[in-house]
Amino acid sequence: MTAFAADSPAFSDPNGGPYRLRLSGEWTAQHARDLEALVERTATSLAGRQVTLDIAEVARVDTVGAHLLDRLQREIAQRGGTSTLQGGRPEQRILIEAIAKDGPKSPPPPVRRLNPALALVADIGRGMESAVRDMTNWASFLGSVVTSAGRVILHPSKFRYTSFVHHLELVGLRAVPIVCLIAALVGGIIAQQSIFQLRYFGATIFAVDLISILAVRELGVLLAAIMIAGRSGSAFTAEIGSMKMREEIDAIRVMALDAIEVLILPRMLALIVGLTLLAFLSTLACLAGAAFVSLLYGGISLDVFISRLDYMLTLDSFLVGMIKAPFMALVIGLIATIEGMEVQGSSESLGTRTTASVVKSIFMVIVLDGLFAIFFSAIDM
Amino acid sequence: METNGFYTDRDQSPPQPREAVIRVRGLKAGFGDRLIIDGLDLDVWRGEILGVVGASGTGKSVLTRCIIGLVPKIAGTIEIFGVDRDTQSHEEELAMERRWGVLFQHGALFSSLTVKQNIQVPLREHTDFSPRLMEEIAMLKLDLVGLKPSAADLYPSELSGGMIKRAALARALALDPELIFLDEPTSGLDPIGAQEFDELILTLRRTLGLTVFMVTHDLDSLAHACDRIAALGNKKVLKEGPISDMRKADDPWLKAYFQGPRARAAAGV
Repeated sequence: MTAFAADSPAFSDPNGGPYRLRLSGEWTAQHARDLEALVERTATSLAGRQVTLDIAEVARVDTVGAHLLDRLQREIAQRGGTSTLQGGRPEQRILIEAIAKDGPKSPPPPVRRLNPALALVADIGRGMESAVRDMTNWASFLGSVVTSAGRVILHPSKFRYTSFVHHLELVGLRAVPIVCLIAALVGGIIAQQSIFQLRYFGATIFAVDLISILAVRELGVLLAAIMIAGRSGSAFTAEIGSMKMREEIDAIRVMALDAIEVLILPRMLALIVGLTLLAFLSTLACLAGAAFVSLLYGGISLDVFISRLDYMLTLDSFLVGMIKAPFMALVIGLIATIEGMEVQGSSESLGTRTTASVVKSIFMVIVLDGLFAIFFSAIDM
Repeated sequence: METNGFYTDRDQSPPQPREAVIRVRGLKAGFGDRLIIDGLDLDVWRGEILGVVGASGTGKSVLTRCIIGLVPKIAGTIEIFGVDRDTQSHEEELAMERRWGVLFQHGALFSSLTVKQNIQVPLREHTDFSPRLMEEIAMLKLDLVGLKPSAADLYPSELSGGMIKRAALARALALDPELIFLDEPTSGLDPIGAQEFDELILTLRRTLGLTVFMVTHDLDSLAHACDRIAALGNKKVLKEGPISDMRKADDPWLKAYFQGPRARAAAGV
């Protein structure tokens, strides 16, 4: 026996006279799919009839069942028939009437879909537009950070020293082990590769030249910056983003405080100081890793390595590397905080923005490094 | 106010013998060494609206979360629909969870889904509705809680406080639960919205035969919607009974709560 039923319409009066349909069983969500099919069949076969729906034998009815009963009545009406309900316990009648009185439950009209080719063009256009908007955003945000910084320089007591030190610890000190480890590994790998290649020419010793220039001018700062973009940039975006979500930023504003001054300046300065120091440490670690591998793999003793370094490195090379660190820090900080401020109400948008923050800042760090390389070669440094 | 339809409803149908939907015995719960609830007994009868009150920190939330299973209890038994939570199998637990709905204080709507998608989450997971029926049922529930169809495609961040409560209630009602937990349903609503919410709960109880477990501080809700009130204090149920009993209580806190100026205003004295 099925859990529910409506006896199949067998018509006693072929001229479309009144018909009585007995419904029974469980009209509940569990049987929704079968009930839906039953309603469809019954409505079609009852087209144009006068129907009495007898629900006296319906054991249970929930909102889904009541809705399907309502649909049955509507569809009979649509096909030119009429229907009335009969029987049923009082609480069932209350439910069915409550569901039926709300009128047709038509979903809102579906969104218009573009054709795929047009959608692609529209997507590209939107991408371009957002890239341009990003640029202007960054410029205007940089402007407001500089203004706030100016105000703080005029009134140094306004600066949040505690917050600055706290973030400097998180951004700088806590990152020292991982940044140094990565830099040392990369230094070692490059040393190994260059010694391996230069060995054919009997020029193993020049591997030191290569590594020293590479580490001091590029690798040290780049590795530190990428690590910080992934480590602290994402953290800043998530922090500021969740504060934005919970209206904490608005709370700061209405308390006559400047959100940039309270939240962003200390983080930005911590990034600038922290990344500069980290870049220096990372350069040293890179060289140390290279020296270690040169000794073990290339047979270059430590004093030879150091005398070679001494010969190769000038103050210029060191400055070229170090000068980039604060600019990279600024870019990471700007992108992280802007993306944080862009977070909307949903947790999904927090995730998207954090990802965007990391991707954009690593990309911009590398672009910036390229621009610096062009600039320094133009001024012969 | 005592003669509205609801009161006569209640008087007409005293469910005898009463079936306990929730039965709590000797419950102990707390954090670490600190017991928030110690030896609490409570019954919730089928078809009733139980209001749970208590000063801050008396364990209203802990009790609710303990019953739902979000906070582990330390001792005691909790039976829901006659099934002991300790001895039930995983399948029984899942089946039980489909028979109740929970309205969290702040709605707990999924922020990355629209209102309609939020309502459809339990439908998608636990039923095999056709897309058309899924759509219609979501719109029906939306209508049932008094939200306009235009709200269906909004995200939770675009809703007002009252709309969030209603949308969350619609989601809690998606699977036609027999039992519904409401955590401060009228907090943050204006008096008209709160009154409408009370009416909504009463209508749903009448039509769907809901049993309601409601944590609330809203004296109007307590007076107009709740059949019975359980006041928590001293780590257990201080007193339970209809609001008329509460008004006669001698306990200083209950006196302050149910006989203060606000309570008298709610009672229309």
